[in-house]
This record gives sequence, C-alpha cells and structure tokens, in this order.
Amino acid sequence: MTGVRGLRMPSSTLLRNLVVAVGVGIIVWLVTISVDAFTDLRIATVGYTFIAIAGLTVLVGQSGQISLGNGAFMMVGAYTVALMGLHLPSVPIWVDLILSVATGAVIGALVGAAAARLRGPYLAGATLAFAVGLPAVADKYSSVLGGENGLTFNSGGPPAAFGANFPVERWQAWLCWLSGLITLVLLANILRSKVGRNFRAVRDDEVAATLAGINVARTQVVAFVLSAACAGLAGGLLAVTLDEAAPGSFPVSLSLGLLAGAILGGLGSLAGALWGSLAIVFVPVWSTDIANASSAGTNVSNNLPLAIYGVVLIVAMLAFPLGIQGGIRRLYVYMRRTPAAPADGSVSSHP
Amino acid sequence: MQRFVDFTLNGVTNGMVYAAVALSLVLIWRGTRVVNFAQGGMALITTYFAYALVSRGHSYWLGFVVALAAGLVLGAVVERVLIRPVEAKPPINAVIVTLGLLIFIEAVAGMIWGVTPRSFPTAFSIIGYHIGHQQVLFSRFDLFTVLAVLGTAALLALLFRGTNLGLRMRATAFEREVARMLGVRVGRMLTLGWALAALVGSLAGLLATPPFISPNALDGLLVFGFTAAVIGGLDSPLGAVVGGLLLGLALSYVSGYQGPNIVTLAALVILVVVLMVRPNGLFGQTRTRRV
Repeated sequence: MTGVRGLRMPSSTLLRNLVVAVGVGIIVWLVTISVDAFTDLRIATVGYTFIAIAGLTVLVGQSGQISLGNGAFMMVGAYTVALMGLHLPSVPIWVDLILSVATGAVIGALVGAAAARLRGPYLAGATLAFAVGLPAVADKYSSVLGGENGLTFNSGGPPAAFGANFPVERWQAWLCWLSGLITLVLLANILRSKVGRNFRAVRDDEVAATLAGINVARTQVVAFVLSAACAGLAGGLLAVTLDEAAPGSFPVSLSLGLLAGAILGGLGSLAGALWGSLAIVFVPVWSTDIANASSAGTNVSNNLPLAIYGVVLIVAMLAFPLGIQGGIRRLYVYMRRTPAAPADGSVSSHP
Repeated sequence: MQRFVDFTLNGVTNGMVYAAVALSLVLIWRGTRVVNFAQGGMALITTYFAYALVSRGHSYWLGFVVALAAGLVLGAVVERVLIRPVEAKPPINAVIVTLGLLIFIEAVAGMIWGVTPRSFPTAFSIIGYHIGHQQVLFSRFDLFTVLAVLGTAALLALLFRGTNLGLRMRATAFEREVARMLGVRVGRMLTLGWALAALVGSLAGLLATPPFISPNALDGLLVFGFTAAVIGGLDSPLGAVVGGLLLGLALSYVSGYQGPNIVTLAALVILVVVLMVRPNGLFGQTRTRRV
C-alpha cells in the first residue's frame, strides 16, 4: 500500500522502506533510553528474534518451504562470532556479525541444495533432524567448540565514544535493532523485487513457474540462503548479548518457537515477524509474572508459562489463522469501509 | 561378534519402538494430511496415567490398558476439537496447533507430577536372556516390545485390508470427497483414524518410557519416530515399520561403535541420504503433479 490515511509515502520502494525503518528506529531509541537495563536486554532479544523470524517468514510464507531448523543456523552464526571473539578479539564486532551472516548463508546454501528436492513434511523432517543433530557437533569437536559448556568470550562493550557509564544492555539493544532495521529494509526491498516475485511464483505453483522460465530449485535455494543468513546474524547477536555460544542455547524448541512466532505474527509478512518476535519473547515473561503472582506451588508456577504459551499457539491458530498481521489487515479493511459505499459496489482495493 | 549381536538386538528393540511412533504418525498423515507433532506429548500423558495407577499399587497391566484406552479417547478428542477446524487451512496451521498441544501437554504433566524423573516399571524382567553361556542384550521386556509392536501392526493391517471399516478408512484417506459421495461418514473415519494412531502412540510411550518418566522423556522418541516415518515414506505403514527398524539398527551400531553423542547426527545423515535417493521415502508414492 502506498499510503496510510492522511500520510503520503514516497513511491520508490527503497525510500518508503527507509522511512518506515527510521520511524521504527526512533520509537525503539525512545523506548531504550527510558527503561531499565533488564528491559533493554529484553528489547535486544526481541531485536535478534525479529531478524530470525523475518528470515523464516520469508522462507515459509513467501517461498513456500518449511524449515524446522533455523535454530541450528542461529547456532552457526553464534559460534562464528564466539570463535572470532576468542581467537581474533581485535576484529571489530560488526565484522564478526557480517561473518556470521556469511557462515549462515554458506551452511544455508548446503542445506538448501540438499533439501531442494524435498517437499512439505519431508523437508520439515530433514530440517528438524538438522536442528536436533547440529548441537551434537559441539560435543564431537569439543576441543575447538567447547563441548557442552560452549565458548565464552568477551564481546566488548559500547564504543568508548559513548562514555564509560553507558549501560551495556542499551548498547546491545541498539546493536540488535540497528541490525534488525537494516535486515528489515533489505528484506522488504528483496520481496518487492524480481527475486521476491520469483519466490511467490514458486510458492504458488511450481509447474507454472517452471513454464514461465523460473529456475525453481535455484529460487528455493536462494530463499533458504536468505533465511539462513538472517538466522546466522540473529545467532551472532545472541552470542553478543550472552557473551557465549553454547549448545544449550539452541534446543529444538528454539527452532519450533521461531516457526510459531512467524505464524502467530502472520506468515510472509515482515510486520508479522515483529508481532511474532514480541509474542515469543513477552508471552513467557508475562505468564511467568502471572505464575509467580499466584499462590500455587512451584510445580505449577514453573510450568504455567509453558502451558499458557501452548494455549496461545492453539487459540491463535484456531481463531486467527492469518496471524496477528492478518487480523490487523482485516480490522483495517473493516474500518476503511465507510457506510456510503461507492455506487458501483467496488470495495477498497487496499489490503 | 558378541558386541555385534548385542547391538543388533538392541537396535531391533529400539527400532520397534520408533516404528510404533512412525506408524502412528503415518496413520494420521494418511487420514488427515497433518504431521502430529503432539504425538510424543499424547503418549507421555497416557503413560503418566499408567504411572498414576501403578504408583498407587495397582497392577501394571491395569495401568497398561488404561493408558491405551486413554490414548484412544485423547486421539479422538484432539481430532474433533483441535484438528477439524484447521483442516481446511494451510497445513502449516495444523503444525502449529500440534506444536502448541505438545507444549501444553508437557507443561501440564510438569504441573501435576513435577519435572523430577519418576521411576516407571516394566511388566517383564529387563535382564538379558541367556543363550548358551552368554548373556545377550535382549530381555523378556525387549521381546514383549517387539511382539507388541509387530502384533499391533499386524492387527492394524488386518483391520485396514480385511474389514469394511478399514476399507472405508482407506477410502477416506485416499480420496475424501469421492468417499463422502459414496456414503462414507468421513468425519467419523478421521476421528477413528486419530484414535487408533493415538493408541499406537500410547503403546510406544509405555514401551519407551522405562526406566524413568519425566515431562521431556519422550522428546527424543518423537524426533526419531518422525525420522523413521519420513525415511519409510509418510504414506506407507509398511515403510514406517521398515524405517523404524532400519533407523533403530543403524543408530544402535553408531552408538555402540562410535559413541552416543553423534547418534542424532547419524540420524540426520541417514535421513539426508535416504531422501536424496528417494525424496518421498523408501516406500512413499510419488504424487504425480498435474499442470
């Protein structure tokens, strides 16, 4: 859509996406300077979760391939940053992060090429096995990768220019969100470009896409690489916020949680990725608060957040199959429908 | 040589349990085209019911029967209440519903029984048989496991191939709208399919759980069962059994000769190799795509 009511947006894709990104960036900046360090850490978590979910939602929603293994790509990125931080600490953190994008992309290309022949649940099975099997590599090569305990390193704090008392969590939140907004603009542009159209063509009808001259396998691998690169970046940022990369941070439930977040938010939609990442991070937090406030025993309070999370997923899928973004779009259409409908009966063409 | 025999027998036993989970996933996939990620959770909660009875002093067999019956009921209820609404939607919604159910069930199990592992008995001794002078890694309980799963698979095959009900269920799975037009009560067939699948899953849970039960005890089983189902071909019950057996054997050899840490990696490699050669699994049917 080219306009929010009352606001004229530039018609160039890049400019429009930049405006949205800057707007979101300003909001994030305002929030991070007014909350405490712990919430800043949560905001950082939402930031890198958003990157991972954005990549996944593009893969699943726009190119029609399912991946239950993006947590494993996050692990690749995290270990890249950790290894760089341990062995080459003088390299600045942004170079490390770019490297985590690259390693994610490379592994994504390998997995994507292997998976290009697979469809539906078979692809789900293969990516699930990848998610389950990759953490075991850390054990196998424990001398280099640190085994069960992982690798601890010093990610460095805020640059000296920010002053000595600048809270480290706020710096991490800024780093995560700056990366997130860059990712957002890049992905939004890609989706509007020929690459994005190829994705959707392959998703909607592979045979028709082939007849139209699109190389289906190559398109699918590109989508895989893109989502794995995003996950790699997210993993690298995770390593920065935790100052460590360990197999325990990347269980299967992470991959499944990313998928759940993508669908909750609205599959294929970048705004949906934002709602999904907020939900994934904050539903457990709020439900933990509820559980602690109630006077039930520890068994209940420990497990109540998970129970609520499960119920949220089920209810959301039964009631809002198009996710939060789908719900918002329906609301938007409903609100734009004015009582005096046009004489020719046409409905507004905006989604 | 002794070790090889032990690993083989161990692999067969484990493989049968994976085959049971795979069989239940295949049954559900054939009927409703949904991958039931909650299968591990459903098996878990029915095993916990058995645990609740056994820990109060009742006989193991009572717990066994109750768990299977609970599985039947649970499968039917889940299909009717949770899956029916999302059947018409993109398949990925059903994936999330089953995932949500899995998380919910494990959380409820944790709330009621806590996360500490509880000991869960077996009906038969787990001491290995003696063949000649050697003791092998195969006990009465393992024999029971193998026979129970094979027996269940045979009974299901008999049901599907030899009865009218089975015919109707197969028709529903194969071509739902035509079956409906021919008078098959499609909804009931789907519910029954889920109920039977959950029954098989409960059996797998009872066989896999000993010696300890905890909310996350069956997570690995779900992954291996799913892998076995995919290797065998999601359309094929025979593939589920063969896939389970193959996976169990292969993982047992890997674990025995190379060590247990890389078992999951080995499963991944096996899966990738099988799928590269046959993208629809060993026994899966390639669906022709129409232009």
